[in-house]
Amino acid sequence: MYQRLLVFVGRVAVLLILGFLVLPAAVVTIAAFNDKAILSFPPQAWSLRWFAKAIAYQDFREGFRNGLIVTAWSSSLALVVGAMFAFVLDRYRFRFRKTIEAILLSPLVIPHFTVGLGFLILAAQVGWNRTYFIVIACHVVLVLPFVLRSVYISLRNLDQGYERAAASLGASPSRVLATVTLPLLLPGLVSGWLFAAMLSFNEFTASLFVTAQRTQTLPVAMYNYVREFADPSMAALSVMYIAGTAGLIVFANAYLGLGKVLNIEQSR
Amino acid sequence: MNKAADTGARFRSIAANDGAVRFDAVTRRFGEITALNEVSLSIRQGEFMTLLGPSGCGKTTLLNLAAGFLGPDSGEIRIAGERMNDVPTYRREIGMMFQNYALFPHMNVAGNVAYGLKARRVPKRDRDRRVEQALALVRLTGFEDRMPRQLSGGQQQRVALARALVINPAVLLLDEPFSALDKNLRTSMQLELREIQRKLNVTTIFVTHDQGEALSLSDRLAVMSEGRIRQLGTPEEIYRRPCDRFVASFVGDANVLRGRLDGIEGTMAVIAVGIARVAVPRAASMDVAASAPVDLFVRPEHLTMTEATESCATSGTVVAHVYQGGYVDTYVECPESSRDRLLVRSGGNQALTRWPIGSRVGISIATGEGVAFA
Repeated sequence: MYQRLLVFVGRVAVLLILGFLVLPAAVVTIAAFNDKAILSFPPQAWSLRWFAKAIAYQDFREGFRNGLIVTAWSSSLALVVGAMFAFVLDRYRFRFRKTIEAILLSPLVIPHFTVGLGFLILAAQVGWNRTYFIVIACHVVLVLPFVLRSVYISLRNLDQGYERAAASLGASPSRVLATVTLPLLLPGLVSGWLFAAMLSFNEFTASLFVTAQRTQTLPVAMYNYVREFADPSMAALSVMYIAGTAGLIVFANAYLGLGKVLNIEQSR
Repeated sequence: MNKAADTGARFRSIAANDGAVRFDAVTRRFGEITALNEVSLSIRQGEFMTLLGPSGCGKTTLLNLAAGFLGPDSGEIRIAGERMNDVPTYRREIGMMFQNYALFPHMNVAGNVAYGLKARRVPKRDRDRRVEQALALVRLTGFEDRMPRQLSGGQQQRVALARALVINPAVLLLDEPFSALDKNLRTSMQLELREIQRKLNVTTIFVTHDQGEALSLSDRLAVMSEGRIRQLGTPEEIYRRPCDRFVASFVGDANVLRGRLDGIEGTMAVIAVGIARVAVPRAASMDVAASAPVDLFVRPEHLTMTEATESCATSGTVVAHVYQGGYVDTYVECPESSRDRLLVRSGGNQALTRWPIGSRVGISIATGEGVAFA
C-alpha cells in the first residue's frame, strides 16, 4: 500500500519537475499567439500577426543576418583553432601544458560581460569598435572552450592503433590525417561546431558590449526592442527560435545521426 | 649514383642478407627503464620467428622498433639488408596485425584491404584484383561491402590479415593477434595463419606471452626477459634443452627436483636425486664442484609412476588426479621437489585406476630427459 503511494508520489514529482522545465517555453509560445498588444497571460483572442510583425521588423531581419554571419565565422574559426590546440594538448607532453589548457578553458569562468568589456576597450583603442571583426573575435574566445573540449574528448577516445595501422600500410602522416584521423574525429568536430554555433547565435551579454547598430546580433536587437515595446512579437520571435533549433536537431538526427554527433553511440 | 657505389650497395645488401630482418645490438630505454639491452637477432627469409616472454620483457618494444613506431637509442635495424633506423613507418615495407585488429571502422572490408594499395597509388583495376585475391586467401570472398562492426572476431582478424598481406610486405609483424579470440577459434585461426604464411613464404615476427602458441607456431622462437633474449632456438630445443631456470619454468610445465652433482661424463652430468642417479645433458652454466646442490628440471610427461622400489629416482604419495581428456595430470607429494609436489602427466586414463589417491608411487625419469641448473 505504502509502496504504491510512494510510486504515485514519485510519478507526480517527476511530472511536476518536467512541467516546470518546459513551463517558460510553454507560456511564451501561448503568449505569442495572443491577439492583444500587451504581453498578457492567458490570451483572450488568437492571432498570428505578431509573427508577421517580427519577421517584417527591420532590426530583427538585420540582427538575424548579422547573427548568421557572426556565428558562421566564429564557430568555424573556433573549430579550426580549437581542434589544433586539442591535437597539441592530446599528442604532446611539454612544460606549461596545464597552463595553456587552463588559459584556453578560462572563458568558462570569466563572466561574459568582462570578456565583452575587454574587447570593447581594446577595439575602441584601435578604432575597430564598429566592425564585425571585433564581434567575431569576441565570440571565438567565448565558444573556444566548448569546441576544444569536444574535440579533445574525441581525440582521447580515438584509438591510436588506427593511425599506426594506416602508417604501417604506407600512408604518409598527411594521408593518415586526411583518411583516418579526421574522418574518425568527424562526430566530435561536428558536435563541437554545432554547440559553438548555438552558443554564438544566442550569446547576448558580451555581444551587447561589442556590437554597434550596424553589427548587432539578434539577441541584442531583441533587447533593444524590448526596452521600447512590450508587445508579443518578442514571444513570436522566441517561438521561431525554438522551432529553428528543434529543426536543426531533427536535421542533425536524420542526416548526420544525432547519436553519433553527440557521441552517444560507440563508433565501433 | 655512380656504378661503383651501386655495386657497393648491392654487395652490402647481399652481405647483410643472411637476415631478412636484423637487429644489431639494439638498445632502447624509457626513462630509467632499459626495455631492450643490446639485443641482436637475425630472422631468415620466410621464417616464422616468435618473441616470447612475460609482459615487460621487451618483446613488444622490439616489434615496435621493427615497425618504426619507436626508434632505438643505439644499435641498428635492417629489413631486407637496408638500414631502417631513420626510415619512418610508412616507408618500410611492413604489414602489421594488431591485438585489437585496428580495422578502420569507417571503411568497409574492401576499403580496409585496399588502403595500403591506395597509399601506394596502385591503379584501380590492379587494386581491385589484388583485394579480391587477398580476400579469397583468407576465405572472405563476398564480404567486400560489410563494415567491420558487422563481422565476428575471427572474420575481423582475417580482414586484418588480408589488409596486412595484400601489399606484399617484406615482413609481417603480429602483435598478439590471437589474444581476443576464444580457445577453439584461436586454434583454427593459428593453423590458418601458419598455412597462409608458409604459402606466401613471408618473413614473420610474432609477439606473444602464450608459450603454447609460441611452441606450436614458430620455426624458431626467442625467449625474452628483462630486455634480453635468454634463449633462441627451435621450439623443440627450447622445450627440451632450456638454457636456464627462467626459460625452463616459463616455457611449458616443469618439475624441479633437488639433487646433487655426482660427476661429469663427457656431455652428460650425473645428478644424484635421493639415492638414485640420473644422467642429463650438461647445461652450459653447470661448472660447479662435485656434490654441489643442483636443481633438476623435468617435464611432467617425462616422469612415470611405478611401484615404489629402490631403483626409482624418487617416490611420493598421490594427492590428486586431474582428468584432461587425452591425458591425466597427477600430483604427487614428494620431499625432493622444490615445490613439495610433482606433476606427472600420463597418456590415457590408466593412472586414475592404477594409482588411486593416497597410494605410494615410485617416480622414474625418462632416459636423457631433464636439465640441471646449479
